[in-house]
Amino acid sequence: MTSSPSPQPATHHVPLLEAVGISKSFPGVQALSQVSLRLYPGEILAVVGENGAGKSTLMKILAGILQPDQGQIFLEGKPVQFRNVHDAQRHGIALIHQELNLVPNLDIASNIFLGREPCGWPPLCWLCREIYTLAANYAQQLGIRAPLTTLVKDLPLGQQQLVEIAKALASASRILIMDEPTSSLTQRESERLFAIIRQLSDQGVSIIYISHRLREVELIANRVLVLRDGRQVGELQRGQITHEDMVRLMVGRELRQFYHRHFAPSARDKILVTVRDLRLHAQQRNPISFDIYHGEIVGLAGLMGSGRTRLVQTLFGLSPKFSGKVYLHGQEVEISSPADAIQAGIYLIPEDRKQFGLILNDTVCHNISLPSLRELSRYTLVRSRQERTLASQLVQQLSIRTPGLQQMVGLLSGGNQQKTVLAKWLARQPRWLLLDEPTRGIDIYAKSEIYALVDSLAQQGVAILMVSSELEEILGLCDRVLVMHQGELVGELDRSHLSEEAIMQLATGGKHLS
Amino acid sequence: MKKLFGLWLFFLVLYLALYLAPDATPNFAFHYNLGRDIGYYGILTLGAGILIISGGIDLSIGSVVGLTATLFPIILLRFGEAHPLSPVSAILVILLLGAAIGWTHGMLITKLRLQPFVVTLCGLFIYRGLARWISEEKVQGLGNQFGPLKDLLYAQPFGYLPKFLIIFLILAVILGIFLHRTIYGRYLFAIGGNERAARYAGIAVDRYKILAYMICSTLAAFAGILFIMQHNSALPSNTGSFYELYAIAAAVLGGCSLRGGEGTIVGMALGTAIIWLLDRLTLLLGIRSELLPTVVGAFLLAGTVLEGIWQRWQSSSHQD
Repeated sequence: MTSSPSPQPATHHVPLLEAVGISKSFPGVQALSQVSLRLYPGEILAVVGENGAGKSTLMKILAGILQPDQGQIFLEGKPVQFRNVHDAQRHGIALIHQELNLVPNLDIASNIFLGREPCGWPPLCWLCREIYTLAANYAQQLGIRAPLTTLVKDLPLGQQQLVEIAKALASASRILIMDEPTSSLTQRESERLFAIIRQLSDQGVSIIYISHRLREVELIANRVLVLRDGRQVGELQRGQITHEDMVRLMVGRELRQFYHRHFAPSARDKILVTVRDLRLHAQQRNPISFDIYHGEIVGLAGLMGSGRTRLVQTLFGLSPKFSGKVYLHGQEVEISSPADAIQAGIYLIPEDRKQFGLILNDTVCHNISLPSLRELSRYTLVRSRQERTLASQLVQQLSIRTPGLQQMVGLLSGGNQQKTVLAKWLARQPRWLLLDEPTRGIDIYAKSEIYALVDSLAQQGVAILMVSSELEEILGLCDRVLVMHQGELVGELDRSHLSEEAIMQLATGGKHLS
Repeated sequence: MKKLFGLWLFFLVLYLALYLAPDATPNFAFHYNLGRDIGYYGILTLGAGILIISGGIDLSIGSVVGLTATLFPIILLRFGEAHPLSPVSAILVILLLGAAIGWTHGMLITKLRLQPFVVTLCGLFIYRGLARWISEEKVQGLGNQFGPLKDLLYAQPFGYLPKFLIIFLILAVILGIFLHRTIYGRYLFAIGGNERAARYAGIAVDRYKILAYMICSTLAAFAGILFIMQHNSALPSNTGSFYELYAIAAAVLGGCSLRGGEGTIVGMALGTAIIWLLDRLTLLLGIRSELLPTVVGAFLLAGTVLEGIWQRWQSSSHQD
C-alpha cells in the first residue's frame, strides 16, 4: 500500500528523552505505576493500550500538563522538570491533542503562531506580516497548499490537521506527541500524514504516536510501547511489531476472534430495504438505488466528504432529500424527520457520539430511555420503574460497564458510551440500523464486542448499513459494500470481490476492478 | 442531590442568622411579607428556570411584567367602558398575550435561528416602550374597584399563608410534575443538555423550545397581574425593571446551569428564598439597603466559585 517505514535510526546511546519510573494517581485510581520510556532522536515510538491504560496521562506528563507523583524525566541525559506546557515547549516538546485546537475564524498563519506571534515592540505589539513568510516554511514542509490567508474553517479536516502539526512544530521542534492524529482522517489523508511523519523523523524530529489503529502502528512505528492498566507490559522492536502481538499484550490474552460474523448466504432471499432513485440534492447526477436483505450487513465506503454521512443522515430524515423513495418490506415510508424514521424502525448511530448521540451530563438510564419515553409513559408521566427495568436490561445485555444506572454518561469510557448509544436504539426493535463509524475512537476490546453485537442483530434479521473509514472493519463484517465518491454512489462489491484495493479504487474515482 | 443539600443548608443558615440580628426578632408580619415576596418572585424564577434548563434565556421578563401590569387596568377600566369585560376574561387576555409573546420569541429563535439573548434583549426594549406608549406614561391602577378580585389573588391570607406563596406553591407543584415526571420535562432537559442529540433521538426540538419560551412569558404576564393586585399602581417606565435579572439569578443560585440541561424546581424555590432572605438579612443587620444588589451579586459569585471548585475537584478524580 505504501513504502515501508524508514529503518530504525542508528543506535544512539543517549536517548533524547527518557522518563524513568513515572507514577501518577488520581483520587481512587492509580493511573500510572512505574512506567519508563526512552525516545531516541528521529525515532517514531508508538504507545498503544486500551482506553484507560494510561496513555493519555503519560503523554500529559511528558507535555507538562500534569506533574508525576514519582519518577524523573531526563532530556539528553539531564534531569528536567516540566511545571507547565510552556516549560515543555521550551524544551522542544509539544502535544497534538486528539481534538483539533484551532481558531476557525483566524487564517492558517495566525493559527500557527497563535500565542507566539512575532510582533512589534511591546506594549504596542502590532501584528507583523512576518508570520506569513515564517508560516510559509512550515506550510511547504508539510504540504499545506492553501494560501496562508485562508481561514481555517474553510479548510478540509485533513488540512486542518496539518495546520495543527505546523503549529506544534512552530512551538517545539524536537519532540512531537500525537494523540490519535488519524481518528478523523480518511485513508488517503492518513497516508499523507504518515509520509510527513516519516519525513519529520528523517529530519531528526522524534515522534511519540498514540493510536487505536494498530495497522497504522504496524506501518509506521520503529518501536512500540504497550501499556495496560497503568503499567508497562511490553515493548516491541521493529520487526516484531505485529497486530497479533500488540493485541495480545494490550488485552493480556489472545483475542481469538476479533470479527464475529456468521455469514449466512441463505438469508439473501427477502428484501427488507429498498431505496430507489434517491437524490440528496438537485445537483446529483446519478440517483442512488440499492436494496438490503434481511440480516445483511452492507458497508458504505468512501473517502471523507464523499457523501456517506449525508446519505445516512438523509435516510434518517435529518437532511431533506431532493427526490426518491424508500421502501421497507415493499411499503413506501415517507421520512421527513427523525421522528418519521424512528416510527418506521430506522435508527441512526451517528458518527460523533459526544456531539450527536448522547447527553453527556445526563445519566445512563435517561440516555437509554430518551427515544422510548412515549412507550414508557402513561398520561405523559414517565413510569420510572419500567424505565429503570428497561435500562438495566440493556446495560446487562450489552455489558455496559458502569457503576450504576445513575452514572453520568460523560464519565464512561468511549466504548461504553458507544454501547449506550446502541442501547438507546436496541430498546426499540430496530428493522434497519444505520451505523456511522460505529467504532471510532474506542478500544479494541469494545470494538470486538460491538462487532459481535452487530452480527447478532444481523442474525435476528435486522438490515444494517454501516459507514466506516476502517477498511479492515468493512472487510471483516460486511456482506456487500457500496462505495461513494464525490456524492455519487459509484459501485457495489460483493463479498467475493471484496478487497481493500477494490474499494480504494472505486473510492478514489477509479473504475471497477473486475 | 448534593447541590440541593447545599442549598437547604444555605437556606437554613441564613434563616437562623435572622435571629442573630441585633434588632428585631422576626415576627409574624415579617414572615408573612417574606413569604409573599418569595412567592411573587418565585413565580418568575420558575419560568426563567425552566427556560434555562431547556438551554434558553429570557431578558424580557421584567418588561413583560411592566407591560402586562400596565395593560391589565387599561383593559378592565378603559376598554371596559365600551365593552364591559369580566375580570376572568381580562386575566385570560393578559395570559394569552404573555403566551403570544413567548411564542414569538420561540419562533424567532427556532425558525430563524436567532440568538435567544438578542431576541429577548430586543423584547426588553420593545415591551417597555409599548407599556409607556399605551399608558401615555401615566400611572395605572384599579383604584378602589375590583375588591373581590384583589381579595382572591392577594389580600386575604389563606390560613396564615400569603396568597402569593400559595399560588407559587401550586405552580411549583404543577411545573415540578411537568418538569421532573413527564416526558415533556425530560425532553426539555435533553434539549438543554445536547440539542443535537435530542434531535437525533427524534424529539421535535423546536416545538419544545417554543413551549419553554411560552411558559416563561406567560408566567411573567401572570406576575404582571399580581403586581397590580398588590400595589394597585403600575409605573409604566419602571414596574418590573430588573425582575429578569432576579429571576435568572435565583434560578442560577438554585442550580440551573446556563449551559442548559441542569436544574430542579426545588432548587429554583430555594434560590428565590435565599435571595429574599439575604434581602431581609441586610435590612436587619443594618446594612444600607442600597448595598442589597451588591450583596446578592457577591453571594451569587461565591456560589458559582464554590460550584466551580467542586466540579474541578470532581472531574480531576475522574481523569484517565
